[in-house]
Amino acid sequence: MAELPTPTERFLQGILPENPVYRQLLGLCPTLAVTNNMKSAVTMAAAVAFVLFCANIIISLIRDLLKPHLRIVIFTLTIATFVTIVDKFLAAYVYSMSKELGPYIPLIIVNCIIICRCEVCASKQNVVAAASDAVGQSLGFALALFSIAGVREILGTGAFFELQILPSSWPNWIIMVLPPGAFFTLGLLLGLVNWLSNRSGKKAT
Amino acid sequence: MGKFKDNYIVKAWLVLSIALIFGSSLAGVEIVLKPKIIANKLNETLSLIPYLIQEKEKEKSQNLKITFNKVEIEKNERKIFYNVIHTSRDGKTAGWVVKSKGPGYADKVELLIGFDPNMKYITGLFVIDQKETPGLGNKIIENNFRNQFLRINTENSLVAVKTGKRHPGEIDAITGATISSRSVCDIVNTVVKDLKQPLGSGSIKK
Repeated sequence: MAELPTPTERFLQGILPENPVYRQLLGLCPTLAVTNNMKSAVTMAAAVAFVLFCANIIISLIRDLLKPHLRIVIFTLTIATFVTIVDKFLAAYVYSMSKELGPYIPLIIVNCIIICRCEVCASKQNVVAAASDAVGQSLGFALALFSIAGVREILGTGAFFELQILPSSWPNWIIMVLPPGAFFTLGLLLGLVNWLSNRSGKKAT
Repeated sequence: MGKFKDNYIVKAWLVLSIALIFGSSLAGVEIVLKPKIIANKLNETLSLIPYLIQEKEKEKSQNLKITFNKVEIEKNERKIFYNVIHTSRDGKTAGWVVKSKGPGYADKVELLIGFDPNMKYITGLFVIDQKETPGLGNKIIENNFRNQFLRINTENSLVAVKTGKRHPGEIDAITGATISSRSVCDIVNTVVKDLKQPLGSGSIKK
């Protein structure tokens, strides 16, 4: 079997080289749906980070007991449990965010990033590697959400974290906070990331 | 022994035991957090009530007595229930608050509507749940739109108009969100139609 990445490699890879959104194109549903303002993006990133971290650790702990044909059921069970905990927790302590994100919190259950990390890393490596993988991937996901949400909120409402930063003469590009704006922003940023990495790749060779 | 090991149930022991552990821990979370979640919803409603029945700043809302009722209405040979909040001060009705929802553009729109004791005027309106289009339809929660409903006589059925209101009972629709505006008006109209008589006539006492 090929050598698996070390915990440090796992951590670093998640942030940029294997960024879940810009490189693996996973978890695009929340990336498109809850990035019309920074507050929702922060809440979503935190919720995904918690679920990913807990699920990775549990799966890594029981990895020797997993049977190939039953592993997906166990991944889903674990993920669903932690998502439900997050959902209830938000409803109890951050009620306004819970109302705003609505169905997108329960939908973390089907977020491919988490099931992908369970399959790729946690079910094969020890707890330390799984935990650092979860932290790295969560940071990468947060980075992607914040970049998209930042662009959309600033262009769409002239504000950042609801704080007006553009002059009031700025004509709010309402389309940026609507669904099409999510596709525009994701497409352009994805193109930009590819262009930048192509350029730096050419320089290196 | 080999037969026992091949049994499906035995093979799935990990799934079953994990399901059991997770299930019970979720039950624990639910027991701890449920009262808090219910309290959040209730607090949201309670905090809006003084604005819905046009409390004046001077009057202390602490004296307000709030009772939750279910009012039953017979309509098209079916029974419909309304959540009605009765508010009173010193034994006199201070106003009614009705919770009601109806279809919006994207999803259900839920409103809290305040009425004077005789159900003659609308005294306040809040949108407490909506998933209308951000930037357009979700402007129904803003004061510019909400305040149009204040002091509107319940004699007139409400209409959302695009060309600027001229007649009583007309509401300026939000540009680009006529359907959202119309659905708010429709919910109010239905509530008025169903509850004006039973609440206004005083046939229902808390």
